[in-house]
Amino acid sequence: MLKNRIIPCLDVKNGRVVKGINFVDLKDAGDPVEQAKIYSDGGADEICFLDITASNENRDTIYDVVDRTSKKCFVPLTVGGGVRSVEDINKLLNCGADKVSINTAAVQNAKVVEDSSRKFGSQCIVVAIDAKRNDGGWEIFTHGGRNPTGINALEFALKMEKCGAGELLVTSMDKDGTQSGYDIELMQKISSSVNIPVIASGGVGTLDHLVDGIKSGASAVLAASIFHYGTYSVDEAKQYLASKDIPVRI
Amino acid sequence: MNVTIIDYNSGNISSVINSFKEVAKNKVNIEVTAELNKIKSSDKVVLPGQGSFKSCVDALNSINGLVDTLNEFVINNKKPLLGICVGLQMFADIGYEEIETKGLGWISGKVSKINNQNGKYKLPHIGWNQLNIVKDSQIFKGIKNNSHMYFVHSYELIPEDKSVVLATTDYSTNIVCSVEKENIFGTQFHPEKSDKIGLKIIDNFINL
Repeated sequence: MLKNRIIPCLDVKNGRVVKGINFVDLKDAGDPVEQAKIYSDGGADEICFLDITASNENRDTIYDVVDRTSKKCFVPLTVGGGVRSVEDINKLLNCGADKVSINTAAVQNAKVVEDSSRKFGSQCIVVAIDAKRNDGGWEIFTHGGRNPTGINALEFALKMEKCGAGELLVTSMDKDGTQSGYDIELMQKISSSVNIPVIASGGVGTLDHLVDGIKSGASAVLAASIFHYGTYSVDEAKQYLASKDIPVRI
Repeated sequence: MNVTIIDYNSGNISSVINSFKEVAKNKVNIEVTAELNKIKSSDKVVLPGQGSFKSCVDALNSINGLVDTLNEFVINNKKPLLGICVGLQMFADIGYEEIETKGLGWISGKVSKINNQNGKYKLPHIGWNQLNIVKDSQIFKGIKNNSHMYFVHSYELIPEDKSVVLATTDYSTNIVCSVEKENIFGTQFHPEKSDKIGLKIIDNFINL
């Protein structure tokens, strides 16, 4: 039986982890490679890096991080943040990323999704959707949640599936950072509308939130803070999900 | 010993290279190439594959003499080859992704889209699923039944002769996820992304 995935996400800026894990045995708490290794050794089903490097000059740092991580971690690695073009995707894949997540570029030009999924296969193209509630629905935002688009999240999800996205990473902007749980209604609406897997993101504060995320129909749950700050380990999260009869890889 | 990973522009093979180098350490030489002479002189060959069946077959065919060299390596010289994901799928006679496309024909059968039962099952089949080992094999040495492997695919190999099946996995139906026919081995899952247990399969192949 296919297991539900737990995906810890690390924010990386200029090649360093922004919010690090507070573990004592880390030689360098800012090194994404070392943290990714701890997650994969702890049973993470996949690792996600979100590159939040602001300036273009420092973009190359993420390639180095991906390259070093892929030589140490043998679970799938997804990288997102600042991905603009088919060439950017190509570079990340060549460095050892297994999947690339695209946000702003997918909204501005759906052809990037079409072209890249045709060129590299749908399996490595993840479209990241940042959505915020409005009257009766959800609107998507670009540029790390700064720019409203007027585009309905549900319609956009269906369009991206058609364009060849292999997965959707859906983040609720209302919930992100609140630790009050995923936007369950949003996850339900999107995962029941598309036939590709949905990764729920934004708002996890407790292990029950992970349970709710999976019950909403998402195939995978992504979380950052609860793992960063050592509130829970990936293994604890999995044991808890298993105790609630949710199939996970242990 | 020389193990060659065939680099034929089939998409992203960095993870395959990294995992083989990790397992091989300094004991085994890992080459990444499509040069025919190097393939001919190697002891074992790895055939990766990502993207569609058609794009991988086209990529193989676009390198002059590559298919002939692989046929000679596998069929005449009976040297071990491991196909991964679409690399395994191409063993079939024919594939139906995008358009009907001829495969390598090493294992009789076809490659069809997974039956998702009218949307009940999401496609691609992405994530960790369990091996149901149906036949003993050297490449599963030390691998327990029901071990988890990482999958990403929407198409499955349906071999005519079921005796080549080493393992299946349960997703909508029993999907063939590993095959062995004499010196030809294949995994639908990605051993290079299946953590320590996946590396063990790579180690088993290297040590055949």
